[in-house]
Amino acid sequence: MNEKDRKDGFQPRQWLVEPDFVVERDPEKCIQCQVCVRQCANDVHRYDEDDETVSSDSSPCVGCHRCASLCPTGAISIKRSELDFRPHGNWTAAALRNVYKQAETGGILLAGMGNDQGLPVYWDRLLLNASQVTNPSIDPLREPMETLTHLGRKPDRLRLLERDGGVALATRIEPQLELQVPVMFSAMSYGSISYHASMALARAASEAGTYANTGEGGLHRDIRPFGDNMIVQVASGRFGVDSEYLNSAAAVEIKIGQGAKPGIGGHLPGEKVDGAVSETRMIPEGTDALSPAPHHDIYSIEDLRQLIYSIKEATLYEKPVSVKIAAVHNVAAIASGCVRAGADIVAIDGCRGGTGAAPTMIRNNVGIPIEFALAAVDSRLREEGIRNQASVIAAGGFRCSADVVKAIALGADAVYLGTVALVAMGCHMCQKCYTGKCNWGIATQDPYLTRRLNPDMATRRLVNLLRAWKLEIKEMMGGMGINAIESLRGNREHLRGVGLTDRELRILDVKAAGE
Amino acid sequence: MKRIVAREEYCVGCRLCEIHCLVQHSKSKKIIKAFREERDSVLPRLRVEESGCVSFALQCRHCEQASCIEACMTGAMHRAPETGAVLCDTDRCVGCWMCIMVCPLGAIRRGPDSHVASKCDLCIGEDYPVCVANCPNEAIALREEDEVNA
Amino acid sequence: MHREPYVIIGNSVAAMGAVEGIRSVDADRPITIISNESHHTYSRPLISYLLGRKVGDDDMLYRPPDFYDKNNIRAWLGVEVIGVDPRAGTLETADGRTIGFENLLIATGGKPIVPPDVEGAEAPGVFAFTTWDDARRIQEYIEERQVESAVVVGGGLIGLKSMEGLVQLGIRTTIVELADRILGATFDDTASAMARRRLEQSGVTVLCGNTVTSVEGTEEGLKGVVLRDESRIECSLVIFAIGVRPSVDVVRGTDIEVDRGILVDERMRTSADGIYAAGDVAQADLLLGDGKLPIPVFPNAARQGRIAGVNMAGGEARWRGGIAMNAVEVLGLPTVSVGLTSPGDDQCEILSELNEEEEQYRKIVLRDDRVVGAIFIGDIDRAGIITGLVRERIDVSEFKDLLLTKEFGLLSLPREYRKHIVSGRGIVV
Ligand SMILES: Cc1cc2nc3c(=O)[nH]c(=O)nc-3n(C[C@H](O)[C@H](O)[C@H](O)COP(=O)(O)OP(=O)(O)OC[C@H]3O[C@@H](n4cnc5c(N)ncnc54)[C@H](O)[C@@H]3O)c2cc1C
Ligand code: SF4
Ligand code: SF4
Repeated sequence: MNEKDRKDGFQPRQWLVEPDFVVERDPEKCIQCQVCVRQCANDVHRYDEDDETVSSDSSPCVGCHRCASLCPTGAISIKRSELDFRPHGNWTAAALRNVYKQAETGGILLAGMGNDQGLPVYWDRLLLNASQVTNPSIDPLREPMETLTHLGRKPDRLRLLERDGGVALATRIEPQLELQVPVMFSAMSYGSISYHASMALARAASEAGTYANTGEGGLHRDIRPFGDNMIVQVASGRFGVDSEYLNSAAAVEIKIGQGAKPGIGGHLPGEKVDGAVSETRMIPEGTDALSPAPHHDIYSIEDLRQLIYSIKEATLYEKPVSVKIAAVHNVAAIASGCVRAGADIVAIDGCRGGTGAAPTMIRNNVGIPIEFALAAVDSRLREEGIRNQASVIAAGGFRCSADVVKAIALGADAVYLGTVALVAMGCHMCQKCYTGKCNWGIATQDPYLTRRLNPDMATRRLVNLLRAWKLEIKEMMGGMGINAIESLRGNREHLRGVGLTDRELRILDVKAAGE
Repeated sequence: MKRIVAREEYCVGCRLCEIHCLVQHSKSKKIIKAFREERDSVLPRLRVEESGCVSFALQCRHCEQASCIEACMTGAMHRAPETGAVLCDTDRCVGCWMCIMVCPLGAIRRGPDSHVASKCDLCIGEDYPVCVANCPNEAIALREEDEVNA
Repeated sequence: MHREPYVIIGNSVAAMGAVEGIRSVDADRPITIISNESHHTYSRPLISYLLGRKVGDDDMLYRPPDFYDKNNIRAWLGVEVIGVDPRAGTLETADGRTIGFENLLIATGGKPIVPPDVEGAEAPGVFAFTTWDDARRIQEYIEERQVESAVVVGGGLIGLKSMEGLVQLGIRTTIVELADRILGATFDDTASAMARRRLEQSGVTVLCGNTVTSVEGTEEGLKGVVLRDESRIECSLVIFAIGVRPSVDVVRGTDIEVDRGILVDERMRTSADGIYAAGDVAQADLLLGDGKLPIPVFPNAARQGRIAGVNMAGGEARWRGGIAMNAVEVLGLPTVSVGLTSPGDDQCEILSELNEEEEQYRKIVLRDDRVVGAIFIGDIDRAGIITGLVRERIDVSEFKDLLLTKEFGLLSLPREYRKHIVSGRGIVV
């Protein structure tokens, strides 16, 4: 019998699992005010009534910094555990720790957030161009600079008619999403993140003139008023999907895969399915929300086409339909299939993409980086002459505006922001989203914790982030002598690679620095 | 005038407001000194009420028809003409506690070291009351009168 | 005949409330205040602090010295009003003037009850204790005669307050109370006993179920008092504090309706047009129960005054009913009592908690799931929340169990009520 299942409920102490962090409290500064005690959801800090002192037990610390941020005297510092293992190239500390954890628990290792294995970030090996002498750069503060982006199917050719002495467009233009900045908030479901976080994303998207994606958790009724700035998702669990849902947003996205955990489904434990979540997801309260690995009605491109067109029928062909896939080995061919199946937008999620909860092994070992996937998809669609039929969104671990500019030069129409939006709201990357004990109130449904995210503040921070990025994007475009984001798209001449192999350069279709 | 409002749904119960309020009304106005050396002689002028996961900071709301001003038998409790704040003139207060008896928020306390009423003074002299300035979640806000939902 | 827009008889709490009420509606028309006391408006309850030398003359003012000027008030101080003619709209003063008014407020307060059939009650050294001048005369007398011991007749609020002043001057004091306990009107047995213990610890003698039948005095001064049981107490000072009754003399002989006090409606109007009454002299609606009674406490006087003022100036304000309440420190022991504290009937539910060692007592009286009375001794810091519940007639059935817990606060209250106070504009009560 497994010790865990012992009848007396005895939980053996996990001797092999060592603390990840050391919490240090400066006795000179600590005033025993207990702010840290009240703020730690992991019970690291304790107040002893008899001694009237606060003390800490480092072992449950996840390194979220909530206590250190709020400590009014700056008495707390959090350090990585100084327990060093004898160095070993293969048996790194992380590898050892994973083994200890599994030996103690017998469970699948879980992790939040994206791949943390230090895979090369190719954005850092791509450098942007700037104008000198012959093609003057543009000052974005003095000259108009266009970042407006349209997502959706573009016509193969335009037919113009002469009418009443003027010219009129005769071609029907398919529905388009209009973005003031070429970035959107990617799918983060209500359930995996809190109501306040969902609300802040929706409000920020609407304030900044872009879109937020509901993820597969349905659209909370309070967020419906922001529908014009929302993309609703249809995933394998079909949570919260009905015709009102589809029609309440600006676009619909079919989620096939996710970069952080390609090929597997999702599981929102019943404890998180409270009244509001259950209502929004349209499932009974307290039941596990299971998203199957595949859509059980999609086994071919033809099946996908059927779903795409069902959605188009249901939305009267008034909304673009997007298909989101994980960046996997054959991503280019798959994307091409999606476009041929009728997708107006293809979103590709690279292996550094974030998640609320994924098995660590999957997160760390499945999929390919977005840089290669994006280059391959863009090249392939061009080769096949169908690039105009769909817009391409890149996703997965975007950190800054330069990453966005590089992605657009590499062929993306726009970029989805996930993790970075959470960080802007206060996420400290402790990667414990799956525990439901997010100390910053973002990835949790615990009413004690969700109140920590004031949606007014979160909205303000998100809008600030987009504002700052937009300024930086314009700055970089101006430097390249480009005054409309349209002219940057797929313009790989503006990229040069450093430290990349010939093969990598070829796949990226980018020249080496100096060429 | 401006009014302090608590936003119950966002208070996280950290009590930083209480801590900063105490410091502000201490002699030294230095946090470590205030806690180490003056703890017995100063009280925060607000209190955080907490039950389960609901909490909020409560300090004087500087009511329009202030019961405490009405009940104050010395005239110590008064409304500052410039700001509209309800203040206790500690030179005139004799500590009869009539104000405590009638404040429906329970926002007035007996002063810890002197025999006078202790209550929120909106941090006279500061740009913002310290509780508002130091609340990490903007759960205490200073709003113009007409923005406050009645 | 010239008519003053606003005339107020009285210069105390109710009168000042009225000035503020009038000024909230009418910023400039002059206000005339007539008072038979010659002081600028002062705090009546402070006279015991003055007696005990805890405050000086300068601290007595209830409103700043420039208050009259700033509010365009003409104050006739030291002038007694001897009659009102409601039909003519005039009043008469002792110095022979007749004044016409458009609106009149009678805020004459109360006057001390003179002990009936006490022999020698006019002797020097026998005092009442309700005015600044009383306090000053007592002080002078104490200094002149080197008073070392005193008797206070009456164990109610004013008796205790005067006792406190005397104790602070180091005078040996005996309280003689007719009832079987002190503060009987506002306290229950337990609270009275706690207060009594406090007094006795400070060297005060408390005699209950007894009273003074005669005062023994000579020209040189007082020798002592004789009690009902024929015992004798030596003392050189006696203060009679056996109660106050509304000063309704100014309306005697008119058809203005008077019961114990001058009867007023919810806008503080008497039965005569343009004539209002407020404060200790008025008999207004009760908050709990039907009927009207004078409730001579400070907060009621202030509020009634304001309401009268607003209505006199053409505004609209209504009295929602009065309730007895008091905060008293009994020789350093803080106490608060509100409403019905020792109900005679058994329709009431009583919650209480007593810690004699710490001198802490809390009691809440409920009727039909509403708080109708409370006593707090020791820890009084959040008593006001309970007073609020009484005033707002809040149904407490949902959180009855919490009322006496340590954590009790606004958070224990119904969300709607609490929201209103916590996040709303504050409250208008
Ligand atoms: C010693 C003492 C302590 C007290 N302590 C407390 C306490 O702790 N808490 C509490 O709630 N209450 C207390 N009270 C009661 C409180 O003072 C009264 O409720 C309050 O003063 C009533 O105010 P008022 O304006 O109605 O009348 P008053 O204060 O009695 O004023 C009446 C005014 O009318 C004037 N006046 C009367 N007749 C005439 C006339 N014919 N012509 C001209 N002027 C006239 C008087 O000079 C006076 O200015 C205390 C009272 C006393 C005496
Ligand atoms: S500082 Fe803000 S969040 Fe913290 S207890 Fe006070 S009001 Fe609540
Ligand atoms: S305690 Fe001070 S402020 Fe409060 S009523 Fe008494 S004198 Fe006025």
